[in-house]
Amino acid sequence: MQIQADENVEAQRNADHGVIIATRDVNVYYGDNHALHGVSLDINKHQVTSLIGPSGCGKSTYLRCINRMNDTVDGCRVTGEIMLDGVDIYGPEVDEVLLRARVGMVFQKPNPFPKSIYDNVAYGPRIHGLADNKDDLDEIVLTSLEKAGLIKEVQDRLHSSGTGLSGGQQQRLCIARALAVRPDIILMDEPCSALDPIATAKVEELIDELKENYTIIIVTHSMQQAARISQQTAFFHLGEIVETGDTEKLFTSPSDERTQGYITGRFG
Amino acid sequence: MSFYPLLIVLLLMSAVGYWFGSKKALSTVRKSSNFITPRPHQFGLYVVIWALVPPVVLGALWAMLQVTPIQMDTGAMRQIDRVVFPVILLLAAGAGLYFSILRINPDLRVRKTIEGVIYIVLILASIISILTTLGIVLSLLFETIQFFGKVPMSEFFFGLTWSPQTALRADQVGSSGAFGSVPLFTGTLLITFIAMCVAVPLGLLSAVYMTEYASSKFRSAVKPMLEVLAGIPTVVYGFFAALTVGVFFRDLGDSLGIDVVSESALAAGVVMGMMIIPFVSSLSDDIIMAVPQSLRDGSYGLGATKSETVRKVILPAALPGIVGAVLLAVSRAIGETMIVVMAAGFAANLTANPLEAVTTVTVQIVGLLVGDQEFDSAKTLAAFALALVLFIVTLCLNVIALIVVRKYREKYD
Repeated sequence: MQIQADENVEAQRNADHGVIIATRDVNVYYGDNHALHGVSLDINKHQVTSLIGPSGCGKSTYLRCINRMNDTVDGCRVTGEIMLDGVDIYGPEVDEVLLRARVGMVFQKPNPFPKSIYDNVAYGPRIHGLADNKDDLDEIVLTSLEKAGLIKEVQDRLHSSGTGLSGGQQQRLCIARALAVRPDIILMDEPCSALDPIATAKVEELIDELKENYTIIIVTHSMQQAARISQQTAFFHLGEIVETGDTEKLFTSPSDERTQGYITGRFG
Repeated sequence: MSFYPLLIVLLLMSAVGYWFGSKKALSTVRKSSNFITPRPHQFGLYVVIWALVPPVVLGALWAMLQVTPIQMDTGAMRQIDRVVFPVILLLAAGAGLYFSILRINPDLRVRKTIEGVIYIVLILASIISILTTLGIVLSLLFETIQFFGKVPMSEFFFGLTWSPQTALRADQVGSSGAFGSVPLFTGTLLITFIAMCVAVPLGLLSAVYMTEYASSKFRSAVKPMLEVLAGIPTVVYGFFAALTVGVFFRDLGDSLGIDVVSESALAAGVVMGMMIIPFVSSLSDDIIMAVPQSLRDGSYGLGATKSETVRKVILPAALPGIVGAVLLAVSRAIGETMIVVMAAGFAANLTANPLEAVTTVTVQIVGLLVGDQEFDSAKTLAAFALALVLFIVTLCLNVIALIVVRKYREKYD
């Protein structure tokens, strides 16, 4: 019955594609370098939003604003407003460390810790005290690995090193690690750029499943990937958002000339 | 002809050779060939090599001949040394010069000759350092064997009394000498242990601060200062230890009603620890910096705080390197002499109490060799035995450090 109830709740949540993150006029400066110029963007709940654009256009910078990872960069300054569920995440009462637990992140290069597969996934839950005992922790680790589609490949070697996995498995391990702290939002910074096509297909499939329960924002250089997996797309160029909207519409009938040029491969 | 004029003439000859060589290369080779040829200065170097190598090799052989203990007629030899030999050298240089210039043509593979000479110079450099090490170890070994001819091994390794007074004259009484090295090694261990208790936490924590917390501005200002600390001569630390820290601990002990000698192991160890801090912190600093940024990002991205990231990700990942750094610091502490000479003194007490005076192996080596001594007396030879044991201990530590580092690296990469 419990499971039934959960499904109902999930079904309800899924029906709701309202705005979860509202960004207004965000500027980012690295020292004297003005990297992001007045970006405004709404992210819908339980959808995949992809950020595309040529290298250096500010899409990763924008992504790293959402979980305040830019705070760890020396000399980085962010202005503007980023509202997560109606709360300004740069507001004084927000603890950026806890924010990062709620907004998980997966990086370009798989970066498992030099620990066992189990300890990699258990890292977040241990830090945040999500498990009361060993069984709880086992449960979290196993479900996270299962959600990341990795459980079959690693269940008999949970205690061997996470760095011994293949690139694609490492990336899914990193996704499992992010899922283990029960985030609402997952940021992915070119998660497939270091992977081969088969591993990429697996990760894409996974992203498609994850959007049932999570809001996903993904930076990608592959326009095919953006078209395949995302519902919303934002096109960045020179630190500004040029165009944003439904993925299908953006790729079939872009309203801006620059978007047209980029998606047809004339520049970028 | 004496050495310096000879040298000057040889250098002049090679300069002339360089000039002629490159000039000839410029005029003949570069014009006559359609293909890419060696550059003129390489032909010049080729001539220089041929002008210098034969006399240098001959000179080296001659010098070796002179230090061999073969008896030679000194008068005739001196004549050869002064007149005949320099002429031979100059002739060899001239011949090399002449024939090498003569041989210059586009097909001459001068690059290969130059590379060959560079290769040999590099090999010679490494061979010299290896042979020197070997020579030192062997001389230690032979003197030690001689020492064990006079003092039984069991006494040296297991004896609990160190009192290296041997009779200077046969009729002297009361100083037969005791060569039990145990108190020296326990003293060394005690002081090293105290030094490590100071240096490892402070060094490691300051490295963590420098790499993870300090702004890059602060870091670039303070890091050179730490390195200055490493450049202070150990003698300075020594009188700091003897005149300030030792007295401070004694007075502190007095006020607490504890008996502390002013030459305590504690004072020497603490100051030695201070000396080693920059060593530990700068090595750990490099190691922590080498932990990839992606691991930090991964940890922060999961909502870990800075200290959680340091404790659970960075330090474990850097551990093998840190263990290696600590072991290197230990061997540095064991080998340190000056501070202990000045602060801890010569009293060879067998004790684990850091408030008493102890002495170390290196201090006793100094003590044994200072002053007039017969070179083959047991007292002098004991210094070699101590040095050999010290060398072996440090070597083992370094080897263990390497093994630890390698083992963990296999596990983590």
